[in-house]
Amino acid sequence: MTFEKIHPDHKIIISLIDSRATVLDLGCGCGELLYILIKEKNIRGQGIEIDEQAIYKCVAKGLNVFHGNIDTGLAEYGDKSFDYVILNQSLQQVEHVDKVLNDSLRVGKKVIVGIPNFAYYVSRLQVFFQGKVPVTPALPYNWYETPNLHFLSIADFINYCRLKAIKIEQSEYLKAKGGIKFLPNLLAQTGIFLISK
Amino acid sequence: MAKESAFIKNNSLGIVQTQYFTFDSLLLGSGEKFGPVTLAYETYGELDKNKSNAILVAHALSGDAHAAGIHEGENNPGWWDVLIGPGKAFDTNKYFVICANVLGGCKGSTGPATLNPRTGKPYALNFPIISIGDIVDAQKHLIDFLGIEKLLTVVGGSMGGMQVLSWLVKYPGRIRSAIPIATAIKHSPQQIAFNEVGRQAIMADAYWNSGNYYAGPFPDKGLAIARMIGHITYMSDLSMSEKFGRQKKENILPFKFNADFEVEGYLRYRGDNFVKRFDANSYLYITKAMDNFDAARGKTLQDVLKAVKVKALVIAFKSDWLYPAYQSKEIAKAFKLSGIEAIYCEIASTYGHDAFLLEVEEETQLIAHFLKKVFYGYEVTGNYDI
Repeated sequence: MTFEKIHPDHKIIISLIDSRATVLDLGCGCGELLYILIKEKNIRGQGIEIDEQAIYKCVAKGLNVFHGNIDTGLAEYGDKSFDYVILNQSLQQVEHVDKVLNDSLRVGKKVIVGIPNFAYYVSRLQVFFQGKVPVTPALPYNWYETPNLHFLSIADFINYCRLKAIKIEQSEYLKAKGGIKFLPNLLAQTGIFLISK
Repeated sequence: MAKESAFIKNNSLGIVQTQYFTFDSLLLGSGEKFGPVTLAYETYGELDKNKSNAILVAHALSGDAHAAGIHEGENNPGWWDVLIGPGKAFDTNKYFVICANVLGGCKGSTGPATLNPRTGKPYALNFPIISIGDIVDAQKHLIDFLGIEKLLTVVGGSMGGMQVLSWLVKYPGRIRSAIPIATAIKHSPQQIAFNEVGRQAIMADAYWNSGNYYAGPFPDKGLAIARMIGHITYMSDLSMSEKFGRQKKENILPFKFNADFEVEGYLRYRGDNFVKRFDANSYLYITKAMDNFDAARGKTLQDVLKAVKVKALVIAFKSDWLYPAYQSKEIAKAFKLSGIEAIYCEIASTYGHDAFLLEVEEETQLIAHFLKKVFYGYEVTGNYDI
């Protein structure tokens, strides 16, 4: 596996994390990100994942993974028990966003949140011209099969953080082929935030 | 996975033999010194030069030392043959697997049916009250005798899982990993209740005679009923429906309260078979040991296990209502909070508690990869194609 093959969002998250840190990945899927973090950054990692088949793939990679629900899976962890808590493409799928984010900020010294941007211009055009709920590479599901419970934009998330007095330490934005700085709420498909409280 | 399952079916250990190890005395948790103690045990595979590949398999309530392979002249393989053998989850080409009948059992190890050397009669109720910890202490004698300093893993389902937890608490320095399956830190009132009904069924049998029945007749009816209750709790509503439906048996005799339904016939058959191979007093002693078990001994498990350097794989099954998944989750949580690296997986099985004997492919996936990681001591697999 070469470093180039890594997903662009994973690349950004890897760059945000210090070597030898402790990391809790909420909604770790098949464990690709944790696996690379352990290999590249020597972190001590743990995942929580709801899908049973994904658990088998994590275990095959040698990862420590906990089969369970993010919504209820954080309560038992002590304050600041991880250097980083990752919520990459999973926050929009939890039931109680407030609770999960609060718990994440309590359990982790820092939290990394990756969200699909609903206000990406292609989505806007689809809504405006076709009158349909958008389907884009970052939001690839039809309305009847989406696991997403919440739809938000980059501007929404920034607003939310301001409202809840959450500090955004760093923000990175991605379009299809790499990073973007200009008009992210319009041009980026994904937003990645390093936050703390 | 389809290829893997064909592989599992075709790989048997062949003929295996039970061995016996006797030691002078065991200091029980109660303070009493008890002996001599014999343990019946079997081993599969070869112990490597560094003695680093040994796995202890702990059996459940009605299990025995015969975990895999076939005994000479018999047809049925050991109780976990699907997971133990060449190329299986516990790969005997790589690992050395040990399974011993528990202290208090009746399949070759010292138990209530054993002759007391001081009286020349079976111990019966003179057999001391034993605990899961005592069972584990006896196993440790065997592991010492085999010259194994550190076990690669201790694994077991149900009561076997309790022994795994007991190893973790009592001898954390003697194991590198632990695999508790479908088990509990301690029994809930519901679990104690089912065991109590089983014990009452035995003791209500007139032939039980306060445990003195070894000259016969035996309390077969009581023991069979205990086993029937057990079997109900090992299955699930769905697995029973799928297995039996409301199917009526053929050739019903003109007699009231026959075993009309298939499920009734099945339970009677299971009960009647059980009494041929199990001792009623052993059932009383072992179920009591399970009910009294508390891995954390009144404290919290995470406090008891602080600073323990062991890796763990915890497995539960969704439809298991005898040892519900929340109990395994509590174990996994305690591991995490104590700093033990742990994996927790809840397999979506419909088999109920029996799943730990039946969900071969899922368990194989988890166990084989986990053991490999522990054995070679790496953080993540060397090269995984992402």
